[in-house]
Amino acid sequence: MIETLNKKLVRDLWNIKGQILAIIMVMACGIATFIMSFGVIDSLTLSRDVYYDRYQFANIFAQLKRAPQGIKQQVLDIPGVSAVEMRVVFGVTIQVDDMMEPASGKLISLPDGRVPLLNNIYLRSGRMLLPDEDDAILSSEAFAMAHGFSLGDKVSMVINGHRRALKIVGIVLSPEYVYSLGPGAIFPDDKRFGIFWMSQRALEAAVDMDGAFNDISIRMDRGANGENIKQELDIVLKPYGGLIAYDRSEQMSNWFVQNEMDQLRVMGFFAPVIFLAVSAFLINVVMTRQVATQRVQIGMLKAVGYTNGEISRHYLKMVLLVVVFGSIIGVGSGVWLGAGMTNMYTQFFHFPILKFSFSTEVMIFAVLFCTVSAVIGTLMAIRQAAILPPAEAMRPESPTSFRRTLLERIGAEKFFSYLFRIVIRHVERRPVRTLFSTVGVGLSMSILIFAFFMEDSIDYMMAVQFDMAQREDINLGFVEPRAIGALEEIRLMPGVIKAEPMRSVAVFLKSEHYAKRAAIMGLRPLPDLHRILDRDLKVAPVPPEGLALSSKLAEVLHVEVGDMLIAEVLEDRRPVLKIRVAEIVEEFIGLSAFMDMDQLNRHLNEGTVITGVSLMVDPLWNGPLFQKIKDIPAIAVMTILKKAREIFRDLMAENIMKMVVINVIFASLISFGVIYNTARIALSERGRELASLRVLGLTKGEVAYILFGEMIVIILMAIPVGLYLGYLMVLGMAQSMDTELFRIPVIIDKDTYGLSVIIVVVSAVLSFYLVWRQVDNIDLVSAQKGVE
Amino acid sequence: MAKVEKLNEKITFRTEGLTKDYVTGETVVQALRGVTLEIPEGDMVVLLGPSGSGKSTFLNIIGGLDSPTSGEVYFKKDKLSDYSEQQLTQFRRHNVGFVFQAYNLVPSLTALENVALVTDISLNPIPPIEAMEAVNLGDRARHFPSQLSGGEQQRVAIARAIAKRPEILLCDEPTGALDSETGIVVLKALQDVNKKYGTTTIIITHNAAIANMADRVIYFGDGQVVDMKVIGNPCSVEEISW
Ligand SMILES: Nc1ncnc2c1ncn2[C@@H]1O[C@H](COP(=O)(O)OP(=O)(O)O)[C@@H](O)[C@H]1O
Ligand SMILES: [Mg+2]
Repeated sequence: MIETLNKKLVRDLWNIKGQILAIIMVMACGIATFIMSFGVIDSLTLSRDVYYDRYQFANIFAQLKRAPQGIKQQVLDIPGVSAVEMRVVFGVTIQVDDMMEPASGKLISLPDGRVPLLNNIYLRSGRMLLPDEDDAILSSEAFAMAHGFSLGDKVSMVINGHRRALKIVGIVLSPEYVYSLGPGAIFPDDKRFGIFWMSQRALEAAVDMDGAFNDISIRMDRGANGENIKQELDIVLKPYGGLIAYDRSEQMSNWFVQNEMDQLRVMGFFAPVIFLAVSAFLINVVMTRQVATQRVQIGMLKAVGYTNGEISRHYLKMVLLVVVFGSIIGVGSGVWLGAGMTNMYTQFFHFPILKFSFSTEVMIFAVLFCTVSAVIGTLMAIRQAAILPPAEAMRPESPTSFRRTLLERIGAEKFFSYLFRIVIRHVERRPVRTLFSTVGVGLSMSILIFAFFMEDSIDYMMAVQFDMAQREDINLGFVEPRAIGALEEIRLMPGVIKAEPMRSVAVFLKSEHYAKRAAIMGLRPLPDLHRILDRDLKVAPVPPEGLALSSKLAEVLHVEVGDMLIAEVLEDRRPVLKIRVAEIVEEFIGLSAFMDMDQLNRHLNEGTVITGVSLMVDPLWNGPLFQKIKDIPAIAVMTILKKAREIFRDLMAENIMKMVVINVIFASLISFGVIYNTARIALSERGRELASLRVLGLTKGEVAYILFGEMIVIILMAIPVGLYLGYLMVLGMAQSMDTELFRIPVIIDKDTYGLSVIIVVVSAVLSFYLVWRQVDNIDLVSAQKGVE
Repeated sequence: MAKVEKLNEKITFRTEGLTKDYVTGETVVQALRGVTLEIPEGDMVVLLGPSGSGKSTFLNIIGGLDSPTSGEVYFKKDKLSDYSEQQLTQFRRHNVGFVFQAYNLVPSLTALENVALVTDISLNPIPPIEAMEAVNLGDRARHFPSQLSGGEQQRVAIARAIAKRPEILLCDEPTGALDSETGIVVLKALQDVNKKYGTTTIIITHNAAIANMADRVIYFGDGQVVDMKVIGNPCSVEEISW
């Protein structure tokens, strides 16, 4: 058998182990990112589906002001509805000892004496509630953990103006709150937002909702028309202050989980494509060179009777051996990265279990993907080996022919030294390889830009959001709209420097067949704390007439300045307003519409009422101020913006740092792989020539210049390519993250560009050093025989 | 009487009007211009002729490495010139041993492994180590080509060529890159093989003196056979004067 040929294969690979290692690493990155992304998607999907299924996550949801439980039959009569659960859901403020400021929370009713039909809860520890147990609650695991609460601890909260201390008897999770955001929050903060479940009768009593409900969930029959059900439900609930019904796609927790998976899917596709394309290119270069240097050996093998098939298989095996190593490392690190990423997700997503697991299909597909790309990359080289006529192969190769370079043809050569002309000739001699090397180095640079841009953009977004737009220190939200007098009361509280009113109202905005739930925020004409920014991010006054729409909302509704919008107010008498779009403003978070407060109140036919206040405060007085606020039952929500910013920063810092480190490693592997390989091949191709030049008296420096000059030219060409590709990737990422809740501005600092270039240059220097050591080791006499 | 003997003699190779044209760009090189000859089984044949006279081209064609432009080649009864590429490969694999001027050893394999490379794909090979011993290199079996002298490398190449027990041994200037003393050692090895196994051996050389060791000398000139000598009593390698 052909064992001896296999020995040759292993030794030949070992001989170019540096290059092979570089390829293996790039390949491994491709496999790893694939397994990581799709493994995490698999894991999330599995956890989510099992969770939703076992705990009866509802299909359709609606909130309303108050309706009698007697309307249940009306809802059940809607075709396609198979189960209905009506609940009381109530916002509370919570006093916890480890925080000066109050936290906000949600109390959700649980039916007494039976298991809920929908949105069931998962008991992590403790027990479920007993029927009519009125001083006990179940706490969301995240909140309990954030504060170190355990079973039996009491939580003090203000429910509908009354202070209550309730005992935690169970720690639970809910499919409705896999991801949870507190009111006014832009990211999860488990310390400041908690969810609690309470006996339905006890909660009804506590909030004066006997026999009534304000939250409804529906399960629909398989194949039922969700749009119909929503419309019918809206009709049923309209007299009871029903807000517009929505389905899972708009259910916040589910939306976030889905959105994350969609982004992972994009990354899981593009990252492996980049890595595997680069590794295919590298293995192509290496194998082409192998076949070229082994030309005579191939001729000999054929002369002694090896078939074309045996020879192709020999080189194919070489490629496959590389793939095997790449796969082992790739699968290993993919599993490791996937486990790490899954672990990161447990910070945000609260599932009963979320463990990294990936299907064999994912692994097989990753390896297959890699194998196919590598084989495609080497097909030409292998074919060349196969069709090489043996007699021809063993004749000495004729000297490579050179053409006059482009520079020379346009007569520019006189400006360049003789050495530089040699360099340029080599660059031009293999235009395809030069192009691919340039793109390869450019790609690594673009990955670096991509890695660093997140931080730039988030910094920028935070600066715009908190230094320009939301300059207030604290936002207070009332349980119910209050007369303007409340503003004066708050102004008098300790440490308050400035207080500005806000009037927010939930609306259903419509323009032709586009519609969106949003809130119109009424502000004073020239607010100083909570400001609005125009599209150039300049502070803008609130328009005296009409609406200022955020650009995303305008996009969703397909409207422009001057268009008319229908705004169905989702409160009280539910007037339907016709409002002109007066301005488009910029906002990175949420979907807002702004309006002059007095005008809004006039539209609503109300006196001057407000729903919240923005404060600028003296931090020295925080203690007494927070104490005071905790004691005012009318205040339902309190957001401390500086805290929010800090937490966001920490959260992002930790997770983005991890991503940056991983991306930098990835990018460095690519740039190192491309540059080292190209330089090493240059040495292999030109070792003899360089040694002759040394013999002729050229200095080592001049030889290095010729050897690495080609690479330096490639790197110089790669810089603009990389910067542009990086910009495109960032643009793509920003677009994929452009959702109704969140927009990432495309901001790339000069530092980011600079650092990316520096990292590529460093990996180039390292590659040159490694190759140069091999040049240094060659003695001039044996070099005449050629380097391999 | 001589004629009868001729008929009884078995012929290994027979060519008729063999031509070979190389087309490079717009120029056509006629490497062979009608070569007709016979090579009897078991003979040691030396091809002589100036550089460029078509010796290598001829050797490559009868060795199945190349095909003629026109004319016919017979290997025993088979028409080699009609062979498909696959058949030619099988022919080389099982019937021909090649020795090249440039040795063409695989640098990443030891001497023994270079021999094994061929025995791996032969039907009835000699054990590689025996082939090494046959060229007196049993003790250098584990050396890599770079650790061997030119003569030693060429003897490894001969060991490689004979290990498959070929019917034909084709050698293209096997001593071309060697000094005369080493050349003698190499030729001795070839002559031994020819004597021992009765292998039909064809050797290309520039050195007319080597011709004395052959049963038959064929002179090439300008792509044609210009002369042929049958030597009744070939001398042994040691008697050759360089
Ligand atoms: N592959 C080839 N392509 C073009 N010309 C060739 C090729 N092989 C041989 N020749 C030419 O054919 C002629 C005969 O060559 P060759 O058989 O190698 O001669 P010899 O071995 O007698 O020196 C020479 O002129 C040579 O240049
Ligand atoms: Mg020749």
